Amino acid sequence: MTTTLLAAPEEKERVHVPLVRPRLPRLAPAVVGGTATALALLLLVLGTGLVTAAATGALVHLLVLPLWALAVEGRRGATDRMMTGLVWATFTIAVVPLVSLLWRVVSEGAGRIDGTFLSYSFFRTQIEQPVGIYHAIIGTLLVTLGAAAISVPVGVMAAIYLVEYGKGNKLAKAITFLVDVMTGIPSIVAGLFAFALFTLIFGPAHVSGFGGSVALSLLMVPIVVRATEEMLRLVPDDLREASYALGTPKWRTIVKIVLPTALGGILTGITLATARVIGETAPLLLIAGATDRTNMNLFDGAMTTLPVLIYGQNLRGDAPAEAIAWGAAFVLIVIVMVLNLVARIVGRVLAPPTR
Amino acid sequence: MAKSIDISDVDIYYGDFLAVQGVNMTIRAGAVTAFIGPSGCGKSTFLRSLNRMHEVIPGARVEGKIVVDGQDLYDPGVDPVAVRRQIGMVFQRPNPFPTMSIYDNVLAGLKLNAGKLRKSEADDVVERSLRGANLWNEVKDRLGKPGMGLSGGQQQRLCIARAIAVEPQVLLMDEPCSALDPISTSAIEDLIHELKDDYTIVIVTHNMQQAARVSDDTGFFNLKATGQPGHLVEFNPTKKMFANPDDPATEAYISGRFG
Repeated sequence: MTTTLLAAPEEKERVHVPLVRPRLPRLAPAVVGGTATALALLLLVLGTGLVTAAATGALVHLLVLPLWALAVEGRRGATDRMMTGLVWATFTIAVVPLVSLLWRVVSEGAGRIDGTFLSYSFFRTQIEQPVGIYHAIIGTLLVTLGAAAISVPVGVMAAIYLVEYGKGNKLAKAITFLVDVMTGIPSIVAGLFAFALFTLIFGPAHVSGFGGSVALSLLMVPIVVRATEEMLRLVPDDLREASYALGTPKWRTIVKIVLPTALGGILTGITLATARVIGETAPLLLIAGATDRTNMNLFDGAMTTLPVLIYGQNLRGDAPAEAIAWGAAFVLIVIVMVLNLVARIVGRVLAPPTR
Repeated sequence: MAKSIDISDVDIYYGDFLAVQGVNMTIRAGAVTAFIGPSGCGKSTFLRSLNRMHEVIPGARVEGKIVVDGQDLYDPGVDPVAVRRQIGMVFQRPNPFPTMSIYDNVLAGLKLNAGKLRKSEADDVVERSLRGANLWNEVKDRLGKPGMGLSGGQQQRLCIARAIAVEPQVLLMDEPCSALDPISTSAIEDLIHELKDDYTIVIVTHNMQQAARVSDDTGFFNLKATGQPGHLVEFNPTKKMFANPDDPATEAYISGRFG
């Protein structure tokens, strides 16, 4: 007992903590992935379906790599490999339909595009005159432009009210709730609303492109409100206060400081909303109708849009009609892409510079 | 053009919560008045009530009298926008407008309010204001560049230039140096010394040396207890305040023996 008491306090042995851990070779994912792919190809050659083969390959990769990592690197490494694999797998699953759709539309539709396809309508004055989708392109552009002309002022101003004036009062809460409800209304219901409204005003059997614009704006307004609201909330209160402190009235602060600061984001939101409604078919079938002629008057007579034309040609089902449908689908996708690109460029140009 | 401010029996509320109670003081024209005190004692709140910025926050209101140039700022007929044109403000964090160049930032107050200015007039205002804020030499070659590209201290001086471009009678500064390094702080303190010939300046600061260096009068705010409203403990010339304060609480705070 005495010896232990008298002994100098024992020097605690410092445990050497190794910082180096065993790791799988850097090429391990590639090796396992390659083997899995080879297996999938083998299955494919042996006559299994494409989906089964791909799923088997993915599963093998998702099992083998984590197990190997578990043996070499331990649990954390295995979990990491597993999660990385899952993230990649889900990403692929998400992208495959998109790429396949784009590929299909481009490969089927691009070949149909030529000068006459874009510049002639369905309305023929002679039997040998070529047909094209000019009338539907004009219809789509006019109807969508009309919808944007209604939705953008309403949506942006509603968002300004919600963020700058409402600030969580009862009316603002009610508007936010209604906007959420509107986001969810089926497009056919919007079409029925426009149909009923225009029947009440102009009597039965009224068709016009503007009716289509009204129907589409019902779908567009909530998206514009939401996007604008988010962007306005991102503008720091510091800037509003700085403007007030200079003796600027509230409305001028909103117009000159808040809106320009948020402009890039608002424009992007508007474009996305436009892209969302440009492909609508159901409400336009009801209220805008379909015609073979080019109609430049938004307020009188039927107006064909690209989605309606695609729907109609697909119903006919013969080979030339299907080719026209693919061509029109391709044109529609190009229009949406151009819209997106323009929005991005405009957003970048208008975004506040930093240096 | 500098004006004095007479404050009597001011209570400041956020909704039902009484934040600052019973303030009485006279802020002298053409002098620098500093407010010191612990965090949360209501000095910023009180400062913001001096140009009706306080009511930007929903539910905030002020009772009592704040008289500038014979007019009560809280008279029902008074337009808060007109008040803020006369009583400018510089904030804790520099906040130049990100969409505007340095030139446009300085002119923001004039452009937002008056509209069109002749080019030569505008150039004059920009140069005078930037010189006033000791920033002219640093930015005269890049007036067209965005204000956000400047350093923090330069941005703060740009904000001061923007505030003095509209030629207010009073300039309120809410901890203008708390986000800045010592060199920028010293530049702004020099600037405050120069500006006090033309403006009545009220500054809130956490830095007691700064209050001692720049101010002529000092007000000490404190909380009676946690959860109680803030109140003005002592208001005296800065020299007396730091040498021989009336209130023992002030002495305790200034000498660091607080709480």
